Amino acid sequence: MTVAQPPTTPAPPALELSKVVKSFGAVVALRSGTVTLEQGSIHALIGENGAGKSTLVKIIAGLYRRDAGTIKLRGEEVDFHSTAQSKAAGIAVIYQEPTLFPDLSVTENIFMGRQPTNRFGRIDRKAMRAEAQEIFARLGVSIDPDRITEGLSIADQQIIEIAKAISLDARVLIMDEPTAALSGVEVERLFAVARSLRDEGRALMFISHRFDEVFALCDTVTVMRDGSYIATEAISETSVDELVRQMVGRDVAELFPKLPAEIGDEVLVVEGLTRTGVFHDVSFSVRAGEIVGLAGLVGAGRSEVARAIFGVDPYESGRVTLAGTALPKGNPRVAMARGLALVPEDRRKQGLVLDESVSRNVTLAIRDSLATAGLITNRTENAAAAVWASRLEVKTASLDAETGTLSGGNQQKVVLGKWLATEPKVLIVDEPTRGIDVGTKSEVHRLLSELAQQGMAILMISSELPEVLGMADRVLVMREGWLTGEFPRSEATPETVMFAATADKEEAK
Amino acid sequence: MTATAAPPAKPGTSAASRAVSHLFKARETGIVIALLLVIVVATIVNPNFLFSSDGFRDLLLTPSLLLLVAVGQAVVIITRNVDLSVGSVLGLTAYLTGRLFIDVPGIPIIVVFIAGIALGAALGLINGALVAFAKVPALVITLGTLYVYRGINVAWTGSDRINASDLPAAFRGLGTGQILYIPILTIIAVVVLVIAAWVLRNLRSGREFYAIGSDPDAAHLYGLRVTRRILTAFLLSGALSGLAGVLYAARYGTVSSQAGTGWELQAIGAAVIGGVAISGGVGTLWGAAIGAYLLLTINRALPILGIQDFWQRAVVGALIIGAIVLDRVLALRQSRKLLEIREEGR
Repeated sequence: MTVAQPPTTPAPPALELSKVVKSFGAVVALRSGTVTLEQGSIHALIGENGAGKSTLVKIIAGLYRRDAGTIKLRGEEVDFHSTAQSKAAGIAVIYQEPTLFPDLSVTENIFMGRQPTNRFGRIDRKAMRAEAQEIFARLGVSIDPDRITEGLSIADQQIIEIAKAISLDARVLIMDEPTAALSGVEVERLFAVARSLRDEGRALMFISHRFDEVFALCDTVTVMRDGSYIATEAISETSVDELVRQMVGRDVAELFPKLPAEIGDEVLVVEGLTRTGVFHDVSFSVRAGEIVGLAGLVGAGRSEVARAIFGVDPYESGRVTLAGTALPKGNPRVAMARGLALVPEDRRKQGLVLDESVSRNVTLAIRDSLATAGLITNRTENAAAAVWASRLEVKTASLDAETGTLSGGNQQKVVLGKWLATEPKVLIVDEPTRGIDVGTKSEVHRLLSELAQQGMAILMISSELPEVLGMADRVLVMREGWLTGEFPRSEATPETVMFAATADKEEAK
Repeated sequence: MTATAAPPAKPGTSAASRAVSHLFKARETGIVIALLLVIVVATIVNPNFLFSSDGFRDLLLTPSLLLLVAVGQAVVIITRNVDLSVGSVLGLTAYLTGRLFIDVPGIPIIVVFIAGIALGAALGLINGALVAFAKVPALVITLGTLYVYRGINVAWTGSDRINASDLPAAFRGLGTGQILYIPILTIIAVVVLVIAAWVLRNLRSGREFYAIGSDPDAAHLYGLRVTRRILTAFLLSGALSGLAGVLYAARYGTVSSQAGTGWELQAIGAAVIGGVAISGGVGTLWGAAIGAYLLLTINRALPILGIQDFWQRAVVGALIIGAIVLDRVLALRQSRKLLEIREEGR
């Protein structure tokens, strides 16, 4: 077939996806993925969590196969069956979590699978090392090419991923939220590298939740929502408000139904919590009826603090006081008994027993109180579970259904139900709405708001700025293990919170 | 930025002195020292341990077969798998060797070697295919084939056994013969070791074994041919066990249906003692080979040192646990050090 060329661009686009569809069973992850990457240009792909961005990336990478639609590379239709094929076609993908080999050296990580060899197939270590050094010099970074990759910061690991792409001479570079865990200086360094790659004529795709970055770095932007293509615009012809409207597709206010609550006494007090290399001197308190948002970048140490408070992880110094009495270190059982609940970040691995029924999961944390002489009957279990399932409006065929068959949003409700059943005084929720659809999201928000109104103290960890700003009475910000900001609701703006989360320590002081 | 720059190499640091410092840091150095220590102590107690022609020969000879099996095992472990069937593979090929000499009079020795290695490779390939395609953990698959292969062996052998008289003298000579005081079996084992270690260090395919074991998901994203490498690792382990099986017949002359029982655990023990991480991605074949020597030399030294029979196994067990604890402590110390460097760099 002939490719129709737009008159303004003589060169065919580096990569062009049109109406790509992908479903997993009954769930449609990508309804209509359409995006065009021009050579020598940086294109932004934005959308809420669950908008289908990652699925799109994985299709480009050859990790998933599309169900329908077309992919064209420099005007020619392609079909990738494996990551090796997309790589060979000159596409490099940098995932949010760098995927490197921790036990191998930095140099080996860059060249694995295509090391320079001599005539006998022997790896030419000298040449390999020299090339790695050359790439690092070009990128203006100093990473020891001989050290093992384990222990490198996320920023440096991303540099290695980029070095990999450069050594491959990739023409198309996809970066899936590369800045999620980077500090301000590191972001600047990454952007400088990205711009120089663009100027060499490569096509880049940049996925980010941060609008300032999108506007600072990119030339064009595509918005996705609920697995569908919404719009593509030149960065110069759009605005943050416009993009937000396209992304959310509805009024933001209705997503965060914040109810007025009476703020009472301090229930949870954390003083000087420290664990070397993870978090340092973290002090804060949460009052009854208050929702405290804990914002920050991925990897800032927020979940680790929550786990330490709950007693799952150790800490070296500091203390945690719950309702006036000190909480012993490293003892979740006591923490639970005293009225502390932790809804973890990864509900599938840490929050649920996916193979068990909904009612088993809901009653998991209150088994002891349900048991008569040590025995639990299905009837008592179902009765207790039914209360919470109906209160949280869990959508399931029956309470006996395997929890793994529920949608993400309903699974999250089951985890919430499990902890609410323990009737906690303090509820810590870690990323309560990650990966769930917009409708369920606002239900979860409404629930949290109601709980606070009834006097529960809530600590909400969230990486989604609108959620923190929309829900919290007070916002705490962490950066690289330090508490770098505290703002009352009135003073918390995207700018102040983002600055505290990303600015360098020197600047923040 | 948080990158930690390497301390610039001091001017005048010669390649030789770097090699020496590398030698001191290498995990293998520790076990070599332990091995020498065992030999020295045992020799002081009983000089015949080293200074008799039999003593010296046994020192080199006894661990040679285990070395072959341990090298194959180490490759499999480096890919984050394990091969529990090696003892059964060894038993089957040892019996095959005897049967070939009995049933095919005048069969050339080299044909027997090829047949043994081929049978081992085929059995290894079955393991590899089950692990790579059925996506069942290697521990379970090879536990199954351990019993299946042994069962075939018992059904085939029955109460029969191969005796030394069934084997041609030239073949048996391989098991006891020496060249320049070095046993032929040891020479074969070391040649295999040198080649395999070279491949693992210098060829792309060799490095990919490490990559796959270090992070299988990343290996997949890198576009490495994970399935093929895992098949190769098990094939190699099977082939080396097959070779060891043929040599077993040459060395001991007698082969019953129970030959090689328990070797899988010794081979894993040797690899672990030698610094091959059971979680994959770390370790060298040289380490595994020295581990095999340490394991069996201690076994022989303990009776000389007057340690009672039933304590000997406990000592071997303590050695394995000690090696793992040591590796864990070193790994923790290293990750802590890297973390501190990162914190300072801020």
